[in-house]
Amino acid sequence: MTRQDQDIAVSVNDISKTFKLPHEKNSSIKGALIGMFRGDKGYEKQQVLEHVDFNIKRGEFFGIVGRNGSGKSTLLKLLAGIYSPDSGNVQVNGKLVPFIELGVGFNPELTGRENVYLNGALLGFDRKEMNAMYQDIVRFAELERFMDQKLKNYSSGMQVRLAFSIATRAQTDILLVDEVLAVGDQSFQEKCFDYFTQLKKSHKTVIFVTHDMSNVERFCDRVYVLDKKREVNGLYSIPEAVALYNRLNHELGGVQPEDQEQQIKRTREEIWIDKVSLLDKQGKVAGSFRVGEKMQIKIDLGYEPSFAKERITVGLAFYSRDNTNLAGPNTAKHTYTPSDGPLVFTIDELAFNMGEYRLTVALYNDGYSKQYDLIDKGEPFFVNSTETHHGLTVLKDTWRNGE
Amino acid sequence: MRQLLTKQNRALLTELVRTDFKLRYQGSVLGYAWSLLRPLLLFAILYVVFVKFLKFGGDVPHFPIYLLLGIVIWNFFSEMTVQSIGSIVGRGDLIRKIRIPRWIIVLSSSISALISLGLNLLVVFVFMIFNHIELTQTIWWFPLIMLEVYLLALGISLFLSAAFVKYRDVSYIWEVFLQAGFYLTPILYSLAMIPSELFQKLIMINPVAQAVQDARYSIVTHETATIHSVFDGGWYSLIPFAIVAVVLVGGLLYFRKEAKNFAENI
Repeated sequence: MTRQDQDIAVSVNDISKTFKLPHEKNSSIKGALIGMFRGDKGYEKQQVLEHVDFNIKRGEFFGIVGRNGSGKSTLLKLLAGIYSPDSGNVQVNGKLVPFIELGVGFNPELTGRENVYLNGALLGFDRKEMNAMYQDIVRFAELERFMDQKLKNYSSGMQVRLAFSIATRAQTDILLVDEVLAVGDQSFQEKCFDYFTQLKKSHKTVIFVTHDMSNVERFCDRVYVLDKKREVNGLYSIPEAVALYNRLNHELGGVQPEDQEQQIKRTREEIWIDKVSLLDKQGKVAGSFRVGEKMQIKIDLGYEPSFAKERITVGLAFYSRDNTNLAGPNTAKHTYTPSDGPLVFTIDELAFNMGEYRLTVALYNDGYSKQYDLIDKGEPFFVNSTETHHGLTVLKDTWRNGE
Repeated sequence: MRQLLTKQNRALLTELVRTDFKLRYQGSVLGYAWSLLRPLLLFAILYVVFVKFLKFGGDVPHFPIYLLLGIVIWNFFSEMTVQSIGSIVGRGDLIRKIRIPRWIIVLSSSISALISLGLNLLVVFVFMIFNHIELTQTIWWFPLIMLEVYLLALGISLFLSAAFVKYRDVSYIWEVFLQAGFYLTPILYSLAMIPSELFQKLIMINPVAQAVQDARYSIVTHETATIHSVFDGGWYSLIPFAIVAVVLVGGLLYFRKEAKNFAENI
């Protein structure tokens, strides 16, 4: 084992997983025989994961994010060893305890004490280890007086407390946590998040599966993004992942209703905005940018010949997610006529903090007395950052000590 | 083997068996006593009908015990296989949510059946003492014969429990099999009552029949047919053991192949 191997807690090597979806649920021999005669396999194959490959380092708080149906639960179960991959493999260095659900195997007919030991055994602890943890578990759950009562006589709150207590007292190297754990009432959620914070502080290896980006930003060091669009699958830094995830969600949502309304109002008469393209530092059309990098906005106009030499004013407005107008540059001090070709607005160093933004483009005559066209808060674009900045904007700044 | 029975696996096995045993007679007044009462009541019925009314087994010494031992062994075989069939599906909640070695589930249900067998054999021994049966050297064969039945039942259990995940017909088919097996195995009758030597041989090929007969020989009476006597000590007398070996290995292999997909198929 090389040094590098020791730093890796879980290594996922090129795994793929296909499910067989039965056409109709007939788990009978007759069904299988009839199917054989018809040459009908009786199922459809659905590839859920394809060539997923990444390593999780020791001590890392590793996020797995994806929308519903992206295969994140499948990946979770593959990591937990509940499913086995069609190809590739998962290597786990150390003891991995999965918490996909609290209180797995809890039986209402057994006493609290018996359930603790049963649950412990299911999580992979032998009796000696459980004996060592038992007092701590009971104390943390605050159920000292109830341990010899049957679980069915516990309130649901007590049951959850007991299950959570076992989960959090478990001495393990790697934890696999499903976000569904953190559903429930406010105080329980708080407890869960306190626990996550504590795990993070103690540098435990945690694999956290979620679709809530605020949790990702709060806890995770790195993120693997899973999506039905396989080409975006991969490892990302937190801001990158947040931006990507937002974009994916928007693509899913399609055009905003307000945009559609605008589209209807817009007519292609006299002079109009033909196309607005956002270009990155290489001059390629992009949807996401980095803080501090160059960004260009290219505006193509369409016009009737009589407007070719007309002086036109173009105004931009950048809106943040909460509809704050962050900047509104315009061409009032710049002479532009449509015959000059496309108009390009260049931002040398993008000062917006990471997040989602929308651009408004408006077209006026010289002197603002007439508006020809308006794209109000069009397609969103995203700004990412590798570092965390606070506030809406990122200033180009220096600090200096002394006078 | 050491890898299979790690500390964690042993702890899990113990907890599962313990839970199973605690829950089995949950809410019944007589509780564990049912483990004993069930075979004893069956024995009482069969004894009255076949020994008292139909005068079976008149020339076999200690026939009641001979009968009881047959019932106990058959009961163990059928109880273990029937309980195991549904064991994987029954623990589906665990299999879908946590990583545990799947075979431990089948093993734990087999151990529950073994515990019942132990209790029942205790009753058999008590009866033997009251009947003043003299134990001979052959008693040392008895544990080995029980082991043989256990391994056969384990092989079948592994196969059936894995097949049941995909095909729920398996349990009905097995029920019919057991029903037929009960009559095709010399439990109620002694092998000597079958006139045709060919049929005797065919019946003794069944490992359970062979085990029942040999067990009776080893602890109840030497005046009974054994696999050795039926085949005159020829190589054919090894057939039942070969069947056990094939069933066990086949069951293990099939289970291992299917176990990977239990979580998604249940």
